[in-house]
Amino acid sequence: MKALRYLALSVAAVLFLVPFYLVVRNGLVSESEISATSWTFLPSSVRWENFAELFSDPAVPLVRSMLNSLVVAVLQTAGQLLLCSMAGYGLARIPYRYANVVFYFVVATLMIPAAVTFVPSFVVVSTLGWVSDLRGLVIPGLFSGFTAFLFRQYFLNFPRELEEAARIDGLGHWRTFWRVVVPNSRGFFAALGVIAFVTSWNQFLWPLVIAQDQDSWTVQVALSTFLTAQSINVHELFLAAAVSVTPLVIVFVAMQRYLVKGVTETGIKG
Amino acid sequence: MRHGRAFWLFVGPFAAGLLVFVYVPIGWSLVLSFFDARNTVTPTEFVGLRNYVDMLTDGPFLSSLGTFSVFAAFVVPLTFVLALALALLVNQISFMQAFFRSVFFLPTACSYVVASLVWKLSIFNGLRSGLANTVLGWFGADPVAWTVSTSPPWYWLVLVTLRLWLQLGFYMILFIAGLQRIPVVLYEAAALDGARSWQAFRFVTLPQLRTTSVAVLLLLLIGAYQAFDEFYNVLGTDRGYPPFARPPLIYLYYTALGSGGQDFGHGSAGAVILTLLIVGVTLLQGRAVRR
Repeated sequence: MKALRYLALSVAAVLFLVPFYLVVRNGLVSESEISATSWTFLPSSVRWENFAELFSDPAVPLVRSMLNSLVVAVLQTAGQLLLCSMAGYGLARIPYRYANVVFYFVVATLMIPAAVTFVPSFVVVSTLGWVSDLRGLVIPGLFSGFTAFLFRQYFLNFPRELEEAARIDGLGHWRTFWRVVVPNSRGFFAALGVIAFVTSWNQFLWPLVIAQDQDSWTVQVALSTFLTAQSINVHELFLAAAVSVTPLVIVFVAMQRYLVKGVTETGIKG
Repeated sequence: MRHGRAFWLFVGPFAAGLLVFVYVPIGWSLVLSFFDARNTVTPTEFVGLRNYVDMLTDGPFLSSLGTFSVFAAFVVPLTFVLALALALLVNQISFMQAFFRSVFFLPTACSYVVASLVWKLSIFNGLRSGLANTVLGWFGADPVAWTVSTSPPWYWLVLVTLRLWLQLGFYMILFIAGLQRIPVVLYEAAALDGARSWQAFRFVTLPQLRTTSVAVLLLLLIGAYQAFDEFYNVLGTDRGYPPFARPPLIYLYYTALGSGGQDFGHGSAGAVILTLLIVGVTLLQGRAVRR
C-alpha cells in the first residue's frame, strides 16, 4: 500500500516536471532537432550558444520586456500592499460613523472578477491616455478589494494589547500602524506580497490590452506575440520562455513557506 | 471628527482608487451599453436595449457561454477530484512529503503563456514527432492534429490538460490545509468503531472538508469563467482566432478591441451581462452556504 502510494506520486511527479524539462530542452537544441522526424528525450547535443543568439537578436525585445515586467510587478506588489493594508487597518480599527458604508463599498467589488470588466477598465484607462504607458499597466491593478478585505480580517485578529501599549506611549493611529502593527505583521505581508508578485508577473489579458507598443510589452505579451505569430525561431522562443520563468522559480524556492501561507489565506477566504 | 480624519487618512487613497478604477468603469460601461459606441467612448447615438438584444439573440455571444459550460464541465470536476487525490496522497506520506508537494505546486510559477507554448509547440504540436503523437505511436495509433482538429474536437484535450497542469497544485494546497484542520480524534473514534479507511474517508474526511470543497468549487468555476490566456495563445495564430472555441472573454476581446474596429457598445453590454451572471452565481452560492 505504501509502495503503491509512492509509485503513484512518482508517476505524477514525472508528469508534472516534463513540461519544465521540455522548455529547457527545446531552448537548448538546434532548430532542426525540434522538428526532427522522431522524438528523442535527450537531445544529441546541448547548444549553450543559443543564449548568446537569443540576447543578441534585435527582433526579440527580451531584456526590455523582462525589465517592464519586473518594474510592473514590483510597483504593483508594493503599491497594493501599502494601499490595501492601510485601508484594511482603517476599516478594522478606526471607529468612524460611516465605516460600515465604506466597508460595503469595498466588499461589493469582491463579487466582480477584475478580468470580466476589462472592457470598461480599458475605456477609462484609454481616456486617461495611459495606453502603452506604465501607469496604465500598474495603477488599475493596485486597488484590490479582495486584498484590502484580507488585511481587514487579519487586523481584526491582531492583538489589541500591542496597540494599547503604543497608545499609552502617546502614539496616534498613524505611528501605531507603522511602528507597531506593520513590523509585527511581516509574515502576513510577505504571504500576500508573494502572491501579488507572482500574479502580476504572470498576468496576461490586461497587459495584452494596454501594452500595445512594443516598448511597453511585458514579457508575457512578448512571448505571446511570437507564439501566435510564430515569427521567430522556435528554440529561441523556448529559451526566452525558460528565461522568463527563472525569476519566479527562484521566488518559489526561496519563499515557498510564505507562498503556501498566502495561497491558503487567499484561497479559502475567497 | 478626529476619528473621521484618521479613518480617511488610512482608507481614503484606496477608496478613491476603487471609485475611479472599479466603480467608474462599471458605471461608464453601463452607459456605453445603451449607445452605439463604435470607435468612441463618448457616443451620442442612444440605442436603448438594442446592444443587449443583439448580444442575447446573436449566436456568437450565447455560444461563448456554451463554450464556457463545456470547458467548466471538464475542468471543474477533474481538477476537484485530482487535486483532492494528490492532497490525500501527499498528506499520508512522511518521507519526501515536502518534495512531492513542491513538485506539484511548482507549475503555479508558470504563466499560461509559457504553458501554452509547451502544449502548442511541443507536446501537442501535431507533428509525428510531437510528444503526444509519439506516445500514440507506441500504441500503433495515427498522429493527431491536436490544436486544429475540430472533429473530433481534440483541442479540448489540449486546453483541459494545460489548465489541469497549471492549477492542480494550487488546489492541492487548499485541500492539504483543509485536511490538516481535521481533528485527529475523529479518525481515532472512527477506527475504534471499526471503520475501514474508505469509510473514514466517506464519513469523516469528506464532511469535514465541506467548507474547503465549496470554496474550491466556486474558485474553479470563476476561474473557468474568466478563461482567456490559454485559449488565446493555443488557438490564436497570425491569421487570427478560429471561429470555434471562443469563451466569453475571448469573444468580448475580439468584439470590443479586435482588429475589425472597436465596438464598445456591444462590448460593454457583454461585460454587463457577464458581470450580472457571475454576481448572481456568487449570491446564490452565499445563500447556499449560509443555509
